[in-house]
Amino acid sequence: MHSLPEEATSREVLAKMSLIRRFEERAGEMYAQAKVGGFLHLCIGEEATVVGATQALRETDYMMSTYREHGQALARGTSPEAVMAELFGKEGGCSRGRGGSMHLFDLEKRFLGGYGIVGGNLPLAAGVAFASDYTGTEDVTVCMMGDGATNQGTFGESMNLAALWSLPVVYMVINNQFGMGTAIHRHSAITDLSKKAEGMGVPGVKCDGMDVLDVHACVTEAVRKAREERSPQLVEAVTYRFRGHSMADPEEYRSKEEVAEWRKRDPVLAFAGRLVEEGVVTEDEVTKIDEESIARVDAAVEFADESPFPPLDSLYDDLYVMGGQVQGWYSVDERSPETHRGEDEREAGKVAQDLAEAGAAHASDEPADEEQDLSYRRGEDG
Amino acid sequence: MRYREALGLALREEMERDENVFIMGEDVGVFQGAFKVTAGLLEEFGEKRVRDTPISENTIVGMGVGSAMAGLRPVVEIMTINFALLAMDQVVNHAAAIHYMFGGQVKVPLVVRMPQGGGHQLGPTHSHSLEAMFLHVPGLLVAVPSTAADAHGLLKAAIRDDNPVIFIEHEALYGRKGEVEEGAEPLRFGQAAVRREGEDVTVVGISRMAVTAGAAAETLASEHSISAEVIDPRTLRPLDLDTIIESVKKTNRAVIVEEGWPHGGVGANLAALIQEQAFDWLDAPVLRVTGADVPMPYSKPLEQAAFPHEEHVVAAALASLGRDS
Ligand SMILES: Cc1ncc(C[n+]2csc(CCOP(=O)(O)OP(=O)(O)O)c2C)c(N)n1
Repeated sequence: MHSLPEEATSREVLAKMSLIRRFEERAGEMYAQAKVGGFLHLCIGEEATVVGATQALRETDYMMSTYREHGQALARGTSPEAVMAELFGKEGGCSRGRGGSMHLFDLEKRFLGGYGIVGGNLPLAAGVAFASDYTGTEDVTVCMMGDGATNQGTFGESMNLAALWSLPVVYMVINNQFGMGTAIHRHSAITDLSKKAEGMGVPGVKCDGMDVLDVHACVTEAVRKAREERSPQLVEAVTYRFRGHSMADPEEYRSKEEVAEWRKRDPVLAFAGRLVEEGVVTEDEVTKIDEESIARVDAAVEFADESPFPPLDSLYDDLYVMGGQVQGWYSVDERSPETHRGEDEREAGKVAQDLAEAGAAHASDEPADEEQDLSYRRGEDG
Repeated sequence: MRYREALGLALREEMERDENVFIMGEDVGVFQGAFKVTAGLLEEFGEKRVRDTPISENTIVGMGVGSAMAGLRPVVEIMTINFALLAMDQVVNHAAAIHYMFGGQVKVPLVVRMPQGGGHQLGPTHSHSLEAMFLHVPGLLVAVPSTAADAHGLLKAAIRDDNPVIFIEHEALYGRKGEVEEGAEPLRFGQAAVRREGEDVTVVGISRMAVTAGAAAETLASEHSISAEVIDPRTLRPLDLDTIIESVKKTNRAVIVEEGWPHGGVGANLAALIQEQAFDWLDAPVLRVTGADVPMPYSKPLEQAAFPHEEHVVAAALASLGRDS
């Protein structure tokens, strides 16, 4: 068992895990109220992996994650307001409402994104680490993935290159033991994932993903090796997601008993319990930290509610970086029959604007029961 | 029955008919398919023929190609069309090319099924309409069914076809109901459906946009006294160009509606074909109604503004007739 860090750090770790837990619960409720759309993947049960890893980083280090990344953004310091507003598709969101739950980003906090394509972030992380090396900085990149992602071709390809070029990157597998509805032993020939990159030259360690201190210790050492020895590392954190893959997944592929068994090891409660046991905080203080988290999340929801939707004439904003280059038909809007320059929607004619508004008006359409298929809201995910 | 059930029925019928037909894909078995198309099939046919795969799109499709070369009839499910981009190497460099580059010695009777389309706020990595990318590739057949009956009949045809078929479903259509005859014979690729006859303007709708075009035609009739002929090509390769050209020769006007991007889109291609073959009959430029030329935004109002709705089609039809909306 690892000894506890200093009191202030211990409190910070508990506060972060508690905030993530409360945020995720509320995000789920907001989804049920249809304030959040699309796919929503919660990390409830996995908080120790997120916070343990984040605490091992310097502010200048980079982190990248998957679509299950609200926790990572929060742990890196992105405000709950900006994350919730992104989930609401609002202008005040950390990706200005363009990306949604699966595509959070915060350059200032060096959180370089959630990514919706399984395995798509692994080469990017190698590239970021390459840039750190190239420019002679000490920065390390930590890249998260799920157990299912280790089966993508990018896994082997990224590991080989990271090892071959001695890149300062730590790949972290958050092994929650399922890729959607497929249990790990049904999707991976090797289930000790810490070994999966060894043949490619990336050594791995396994840590207890329900113990924030163990995650922290393993990631700290891995980051040190990546930084000082220029040796890429793999950390496998064994954990469990307490909720469905995405919202309201019927979870027919696992038993209630199994979930209940893992819930006994709730990482947030476990850490809080230990702090109380060792006299670092009192029960009352734990309750207070929890109440503060709830209040933070209340404020986030309020902010997200009040933040405006992106204006319609911003549809083409940020498609290209527009500098002094040759003007031309970068983009073209064929939703309207009139001719227009295309590259700047704000200069589109009246017909185009009217039609954009007409389209956007469908955002308030209530689905007509029979014809509309709501299966995607039942967590049938892609 | 619903479009998704019609697809499931086609799979079941073809699996019963031919021992060599099997299904593989991510979460098609125990999870019953991300959109429940394969529901019940694992139970009925067992793990030998309904296979859950790891998340490895390029390799799953590649194994489909290999097993098809060796005599099986694989139906590979990709969860969402955007994920098929990871398998483009196997689709383009292998599936599409193999019969040709080996001088016709071996065939690739593979079906790759996947849904596309926006409207469910799935954001910039899960919501696109990419039929044009596949249409671009010689050697592939491409189906874009918009009704339950077509989903059933075309999927059966796809499985029996000896060529690699890209079978593109639509997320918003899975729950739509339509008449389907159990055990019906396969439809034929390359036969467009004229969904509604008309005199004034030809409206060609691709995938879900065939439905949108149909709704627009109603409005054009009831509010503008315009009679639109609505054509659903159903397959893009082979394309039933004859039916489209014949219609244009009658109406002298064409509007093409698709959800995908405009540059190099299905409509761009079709407009070129129409003007090449029916230039003298055209009384107005061929118009397109397309998705906005951006990655699909997540935010609901932006997303809704980024793909065509009925009113866009109505406006384009009116414009082609020189009338104001
Ligand atoms: C390339 C690609 N294929 C499939 C999907 C659909 N999908 C989303 S999450 C997921 C399961 C991923 O499991 P894992 O990597 O273990 O991560 P977890 O969701 O458990 O955190 C799948 C199949 C996707 N998003 N991208």
